[in-house]
Amino acid sequence: MKKLAYFVLLTLFAVSCGQENATENHTLIPDSDNGGLTLPEGFSALVVADNVGRGRHIEVNENGDIYVSLRQNDGNRGIACLRDTSGNGKADIIEYAGEHTGTGIKLHNGYLYFGTDSAVVRYPMQEGELKPGNSWELIARGFPQEGQHEAKPIEFDGQGNMYVTVGAPSNACMEQMRTKGSPGMDPCPILDYAGGIWKVDENMLNQHYLEDGERYATGIRHAVATRWNKQVGELYAVQHGRDQLHQFFPEMYTTEESAELPAEEFFLVTEGSDFGWPYCYYDQLQDSKVLAPEYGGDKTARERCENKKDPIMAFPGHMAPNDLLFYTGDMFPEKYKNGAFIAFHGSWNRAPEPQEGFFVVSVPFDGENPSGDWEIFADGFAGTEPVNSTSDAEYRPCGLAQGPDGSLYVVDSNKGKVWRIIHS
Amino acid sequence: MKKMKINKIAVLLLAVALSACGVKGNSGQQQSEPTEPTSRKATVEKKSTSNDMSGHPGKKVYNSVCLACHMADGSGVPGMHPPLIDTDWVTGDKERLIKITLEGLSGKIKVKGEVYNSLMPPHSHLSDKQIADVLTYIRKSFSNNASGVTKEEVQKVRNGS
Repeated sequence: MKKLAYFVLLTLFAVSCGQENATENHTLIPDSDNGGLTLPEGFSALVVADNVGRGRHIEVNENGDIYVSLRQNDGNRGIACLRDTSGNGKADIIEYAGEHTGTGIKLHNGYLYFGTDSAVVRYPMQEGELKPGNSWELIARGFPQEGQHEAKPIEFDGQGNMYVTVGAPSNACMEQMRTKGSPGMDPCPILDYAGGIWKVDENMLNQHYLEDGERYATGIRHAVATRWNKQVGELYAVQHGRDQLHQFFPEMYTTEESAELPAEEFFLVTEGSDFGWPYCYYDQLQDSKVLAPEYGGDKTARERCENKKDPIMAFPGHMAPNDLLFYTGDMFPEKYKNGAFIAFHGSWNRAPEPQEGFFVVSVPFDGENPSGDWEIFADGFAGTEPVNSTSDAEYRPCGLAQGPDGSLYVVDSNKGKVWRIIHS
Repeated sequence: MKKMKINKIAVLLLAVALSACGVKGNSGQQQSEPTEPTSRKATVEKKSTSNDMSGHPGKKVYNSVCLACHMADGSGVPGMHPPLIDTDWVTGDKERLIKITLEGLSGKIKVKGEVYNSLMPPHSHLSDKQIADVLTYIRKSFSNNASGVTKEEVQKVRNGS
């Protein structure tokens, strides 16, 4: 009897110890170097995973499981699935699933929707399982694959609709692709099937986006960063502006001007919006949407651009905004609440000037519009300064997600490094 | 209930049929592709150029036509524009290289283990000499050390003989 009492006591002790350890493990300990990132005071970061592959976008489930879309992977297993079983924030299980590679990835209504370059598919999520099931369904198809701006980000409005950006397979709709002296096609035939955002039914199988969907907004060259703002019930996107102003019009633009222009535009995308590509671009130095040189522009003339919708914010050129997130968590200070985070992938089209971007910025919001300037939130991804060639950047932020506790996750596209940014 | 089952089967069949189409269309992606990113060796290597090409006439052509995408050091843009450093695409078969310059290139290619799927525009508007100069420049720069290209060689490919 005495022995039994001892046993019970010992067991209780062991169990309580175990619990204590588990509680301790749930306290996130940031990396001493914040995973190489520079962050505002009070923030810190830890590296969740070092190398999951060619990361694009990222999602975090309610249980903390992480999903990263990959641009390429063996056997097209383009969904990296990460789980932390110890509670220290580090992924200790990394598995690969799926039969597709691509960019768009969203957990929605028990499915993992995935945007390949030519179609949107969905995989069923399975209770308690890290990996989604294999039996994928085709939702939307027919997207053009013409070697430029093929990434298909996806977003939902919570009312049964899915939004897919169809990037224009073109720089400025020139007759001959990216060739000096070639005029812009007028009207630009690409706008019939690309250069905009299409809306489709999120549950209808096997839709052709042109036949079954509707064009929600147009005049968008390419926008990899799209997000539905639940607070105001509107879609937002950040555009990749056109390239090569100096290369095609050296008599009009210096290399320095060409590195800064045009702006990367932040759009409030209401139904029927026309943002002006390819006819117009936004000059952030003049705060004006001006006529593109391929369409007779002289750097200041506006003409048909007067009727095009302006951005709600303009960033310096070519920094390649690749993801957008509206922060709704409680972990970060009040100034970030309902504001935007934008991941800039970093430029290539500023050469021979140094490359810029390679950071995550924050934009404060009041209702539908920004309430102040943007500022760099997380920096240091490139690991070197200046970045003369894009390949000098060690990491390039490409995707953003908010965790259930309010942490901000960032994924890189070079190696698939994943950071978790926390505030304490 | 039975009707629903049939519908489900129909949907499944459709999905299978479509997936088969998808596989066919994406056959290029089926090949085994490495998950390991390229090493950063290229960055180190490019600094040890043995040829002094700084005064070469091909550099001017390179800077105005090629640099925007392939970068001043030929390192390209990850996932977008392939590097010109230490790759058979540049230092190998001259005829293929001349042809790519004249006609451009589209579709998936593999360079140093990485898949690229961008479009390169044709550059047939450049003269035979300009193309010879710029190809000589890239074959001897960025730590490359291959033979030069003559304008006669360019002319031959341009004339299709």
